[in-house]
Amino acid sequence: MEPIYLDNNATTRVDPAVVEAMLPFFTEHFGNASSIHAFGSEVGKALKKARGQVQALLGAEHDSEIIFTSCGTESDSTAILSALKAQPERNTVITTNVEHPAILTLCEWLEKEGYIVHKLKVDKKGRIDMDEYRSLLHDRVAIVSVMWANNETGTIFPVAEMAEIASAKGIMFHTDAVQAVGKIPIDLKNTKIDMLSLSGHKLHAPKGIGVLYLRRGCRFRPLLRGGHQERGRRAGTEASASIVALGKACEMAMHNMEAENTTVRRLRDKLETGILSQITHCFPTGDVSNRLPNTSNIAFEYIEGEAILLLLNKMGIAASSGSACTSGSLEPSHVMRAMGIPYTAAHGTIRFSLSVYNTEEEIDRVIAAVPPIVAQLRKLSPYWTDKGPAANPEAAFAPTYA
Amino acid sequence: MWEYSDKVREHFFNPRNSGPLEEANGIGDVGSIQCGDALRLMLKVEPETEIIQDAHFQTFGCGSAIASSSALTEMIKGMTLDEALKVSNQDIADFLDGLPPEKMHCSVMGREALQAAIANYRGEEWSDDHEEGALVCKCFAIDAVMIEDVVTANNLNTVEEVTFYTKAGGGCAACHEGIEEILAKVKASRPGAGETSPPPACPATPEAPKPPSKKLSIVEKIAKIQEVLESVRPMLQRDHGDVELADVQGKKIYVHLKGACSGCMMEAATLGGIQQKMIETLGELVQVLPSSHMPVEA
Ligand SMILES: Cc1ncc(COP(=O)(O)O)c(C=O)c1O
Ligand code: FES
Repeated sequence: MEPIYLDNNATTRVDPAVVEAMLPFFTEHFGNASSIHAFGSEVGKALKKARGQVQALLGAEHDSEIIFTSCGTESDSTAILSALKAQPERNTVITTNVEHPAILTLCEWLEKEGYIVHKLKVDKKGRIDMDEYRSLLHDRVAIVSVMWANNETGTIFPVAEMAEIASAKGIMFHTDAVQAVGKIPIDLKNTKIDMLSLSGHKLHAPKGIGVLYLRRGCRFRPLLRGGHQERGRRAGTEASASIVALGKACEMAMHNMEAENTTVRRLRDKLETGILSQITHCFPTGDVSNRLPNTSNIAFEYIEGEAILLLLNKMGIAASSGSACTSGSLEPSHVMRAMGIPYTAAHGTIRFSLSVYNTEEEIDRVIAAVPPIVAQLRKLSPYWTDKGPAANPEAAFAPTYA
Repeated sequence: MWEYSDKVREHFFNPRNSGPLEEANGIGDVGSIQCGDALRLMLKVEPETEIIQDAHFQTFGCGSAIASSSALTEMIKGMTLDEALKVSNQDIADFLDGLPPEKMHCSVMGREALQAAIANYRGEEWSDDHEEGALVCKCFAIDAVMIEDVVTANNLNTVEEVTFYTKAGGGCAACHEGIEEILAKVKASRPGAGETSPPPACPATPEAPKPPSKKLSIVEKIAKIQEVLESVRPMLQRDHGDVELADVQGKKIYVHLKGACSGCMMEAATLGGIQQKMIETLGELVQVLPSSHMPVEA
């Protein structure tokens, strides 16, 4: 039985064409781009090409606006710390409470260091309130950082509009677009976005390569200081093979953008409808009408996500869950809690995230596999009877909590 | 994903005794705030003999919660209630060939459900006596409540001291920030907090304690030494280790470290922690050494 990979928001398979593009940079083109000799200059040219490929996918005005980093997390940290360092008179960060830990954990630490962090709340569908946002912008705000699309639900945020509003008040705007790049069209030159993070491994490039887009003219302080690589904005010898790979992956993403928004979207919708129509007491989370084309996050009530994943895994199906148990944290996903999803449902959320490699046949197999798994676990659940959920589940089963 | 033992997988994929039990006469409903898991344990107890004739469970939870519930029902069937009450969460974990440290609370939940079900059978009210906190140190499975208790009880001020007493922080160092936060929190709640206090003494050179009012006789001294060892044994036993007094020679106390403790990378830290307690209890400077360091008789 061929395994089915529906966890592309966690990471993606490196495309064979991408592997092929990067391999020579381990062997004949191993040189250091900074060197004068021939070994280096070949590499230098390849980096320039890759920078152009990333620039094209992002719709950036200049290729010098692309800074290669080691991952999305590094780009996020660089952006926010830079804004605070470059504007010492400003001490406030505005973000949302559904960001990736790459932003939220950093912000928690900044709070301990004495900075002020405002996290915008979201409604039941994971949308922010623009009036609340407007009311928070003042001249002590160093930066606004809002994700382009949420990694768990795929919900898309109006970052272009938010950047306009921030820019009108002279406030920097950063977006963590790790999930959005390659899945939806982006054209930075026509926005007021100052900084953007992306990560290679979410778009079929290898792990360990990321980009920080930095608008020309935006004040900046590097995170890593040292050599003059990336014009001194990110020291450290360029990871040439990975950069070449990312360039190739960006080129392919441009090419696949249409399929992503037609074929992949149709398969995602088919999967979601197929599951929802067969199983009671489950619902999709997030802003269903405004989300990434590849993501479906479904809450299965009265059962727990890790148990679902283990049974799916046994059937050769890979997905992920917002349950506490899969993260090793104490709480179910902060994204589900922020949307006010009750915990008997939040623990049972499963995220299916597709890619252009998924096939119709795979989706049919998943649609057939999920209902018996859910039924099997509900049979074990104290909230469930053979006729459906216990009449008043919360009252029928009210355990003593330790 | 977690590294689950084959036994855990087996019990998860083929849970024993799941679903309602019609003739149940003892039911325990408990939940673990740790991960929102919840468990209903149903017992059918024979009134004359108090033997558990049947046990079923229903669980809302992850793989190890379901496996722990299944294991528990298998373990207690045929036991008397008093025997069943002796089943510890470690026994449940052992039955499953171990659980990842983050998942130990699943076995704790099983034990609590058992206590609750037996209390329910006996017509008693069960209340939870055990508070479980967020896991702080993953290397040694030490939670926040335990660290806080030890810090408060022993007036600890540094991460090193916390490592001496609990092992927490003695591995990969990832939890040092978390331990520092607990230290700061406890410190802030101490009487007199807010005044600037001098920096805490370095733990490596414990201040010479005040001389005790009266010199201990050797018998009293050994009794005290035994008392200290008894107090640390439960913690070592959690990790399948143990400690025993080997000999006392002047200011040198020799102990046998057993099982998982002996030779482990934490041996030195464990001995350091015991030594600290000895010094405090005896009121004199002593050295705690492994029995292997005992001078060989000529
Ligand atoms: C929205 C978002 N931001 C940041 C990251 C972190 O990216 P990286 O793994 O490259 O550090 C991820 C990946 O999980 C993500 O989904
Ligand atoms: S987590 Fe505490 S030392 Fe590793």
